Amino acid sequence: MSLLSVDGLTVMRGTCPVVDTVRFEIGAGEVVGLIGPNGAGKTTLMRGALGLLPSTGASSVAALPQRERAKAAAWLPQAREIAWPVTVETLVGLGRSPYLAGGRRLSADDENIVADALARMGLEGFAGRDATQLSGGEQARVLIARVLAQRTPLILADEPVAGLDPAHQFSLMRVFADLAATGTAVLVSMHDLSLAAQYCTRLLMMDRGKLIADGTPRDVLSDKLLRDVFHVTGRWDGDAFNVTAALEGAA
Amino acid sequence: MSSSGKAGLSDDPQSQETCRSVHPVRGAGRADEHGFLRCGDNCSPSGGGFFGHDLEYGGLVGLGRFGGSAMDMADKRTSNMDRLRLGGGTSLVLALSCLALVAVAASLVTGPSDMSWRVALTALIQDNAGPETVVMREIRLPRAVLGALVGAALGLSGAAMQGLLRNPLAEPGLIGVSAMAALGAVIALQTGLVAAFALALPVFALIGAGSAVALLLLLAGPRGSSLVLILAGIAISALAAAATSLVLNLSPNPFAASEIIFWLMGSLADRSWNHVWLAAPLIVAGGVLLIFTGRGLDALTLGEDAAEALGIRLQRLRLMVVAGTALAVGAATAVTGAIGFVGLVVPHILRPLTGGLPSRLLPASALGGAVMVLAADALTQTLLPDRDLKLGVLTAFIGAPVFLHLIFRTRRAMA
Repeated sequence: MSLLSVDGLTVMRGTCPVVDTVRFEIGAGEVVGLIGPNGAGKTTLMRGALGLLPSTGASSVAALPQRERAKAAAWLPQAREIAWPVTVETLVGLGRSPYLAGGRRLSADDENIVADALARMGLEGFAGRDATQLSGGEQARVLIARVLAQRTPLILADEPVAGLDPAHQFSLMRVFADLAATGTAVLVSMHDLSLAAQYCTRLLMMDRGKLIADGTPRDVLSDKLLRDVFHVTGRWDGDAFNVTAALEGAA
Repeated sequence: MSSSGKAGLSDDPQSQETCRSVHPVRGAGRADEHGFLRCGDNCSPSGGGFFGHDLEYGGLVGLGRFGGSAMDMADKRTSNMDRLRLGGGTSLVLALSCLALVAVAASLVTGPSDMSWRVALTALIQDNAGPETVVMREIRLPRAVLGALVGAALGLSGAAMQGLLRNPLAEPGLIGVSAMAALGAVIALQTGLVAAFALALPVFALIGAGSAVALLLLLAGPRGSSLVLILAGIAISALAAAATSLVLNLSPNPFAASEIIFWLMGSLADRSWNHVWLAAPLIVAGGVLLIFTGRGLDALTLGEDAAEALGIRLQRLRLMVVAGTALAVGAATAVTGAIGFVGLVVPHILRPLTGGLPSRLLPASALGGAVMVLAADALTQTLLPDRDLKLGVLTAFIGAPVFLHLIFRTRRAMA
């Protein structure tokens, strides 16, 4: 079942297409890694697909009425903003707001969902803490928990592992894999190609606004694409992938 | 390229982290807003203006970081109290309601005419056909009602504005409405229209506030971001302050000039039911708009992008906050003049007690604003009963020490 289908999506900045006629589909149970060098258009693609930017072309999520979008897809922006000193529990509870009607109290069900999201991110002891007092990595995990609390069939996350320590990078990717096993679809942009190769069922590679590869990690992380797009060399050891060296003139 | 890019990206949040522990900058994008506000204020010629809040604002803005971190510390302490409090904001709202009632009562028993509180309250309830009832019903009651309304308008719109801009230094005067309302009033005073028609002053001030909103929407556009909104607001404030100064500068009549200066200081003295009926519907309408922004402002805690993806219509939210503030603060300024600091200080004091969520802060700030204005107004009449001490002057004297207190606490914590 397709949870996000994007066709001919183009986002312009002035006269320059930052995302250029991109087409892909994401189905239930997939963890799709979105990779590409800085400025390739990964964030813009995800924001365009969510309807947060004016775009041309079609996106199944952007086509929904705004209120329905929040129930169809959850979005974790790259900027980690926590404007006010609220408790971790309150912040994660904001993920339930698309489901609350006029009255804005969380029901017992909502509270359970929040507790579950905290547990998935290993934040059980943090519920009553002031979110603005946590370390950057802890804040990142709190904000991911907010996305999980939204309980959407589709999650889009912009570089969620950046700033996490290695153990939490792995455990976050495992959380995504577990969610996918229960039918959720995840689109996650990332720079760690080894992590992407290990946990993603599929990779989308972008370069200068265009989607240039869409397939299994082994197909996408080929010598040619690594050289042309990332200017690096890499090596596969069984199922593990490692970047081995930067090529001359890479900078 | 890939490995270097990767390193750069994962380093980034770490450097944010160290930064945060040295001087807490809460959330990305905040630095921009602080920096921007600071610049904007330096650019605006508010130093030459006569608006209490402009002057105060200029002094405060440079302290943004310290104010923020002091608040963080206050919150750290209160977050432990969080769990002790029952039901979150309900008990706070109840306590503030009681405090507001006490403030109304205090305002009713305060005044130049010599009456015991017993006589005063009896005369209010029972018409004794004497001067006491006239004083109570025609002078003190409208003054108390107006004080409560104006205070609530300032507190509520201050909280909403801070929520919208995600900045604890935002205040309702930021969008230029109060400066333009003051300009309208000044024109009414200068042209002598006030002598011809008693309500000319508030009506002109309302016209000023209305044109501020029109200008704001014209400049910022319907899709205008928060940043453009602040820029437009500062431009309008600066323009209005300049025009006000020009009127004073060219005023041929020193009496009119001093009348203008005193009006700009803000006061509740000699206001009648006419003022209440003029301002109340607008303040209530603005208040209703603002109180319904709570949910959207809560989501904005996560930033504009995340809030929009949570189903919040940002344009509509911005419009509601701007229109609500314009109605409430425009009407308040029209009848009382510029009363600074209330919209800035009240949300600041109450935020730690509400657990930080804007939706809980809104009603608390409305009540807190009413308490502060009524208490300050009672003080103006008791401190110097023979002199016409202006309310706006006193709110500034109350507000500044609150910030000084925050500074000293921050410095102690850093030492």
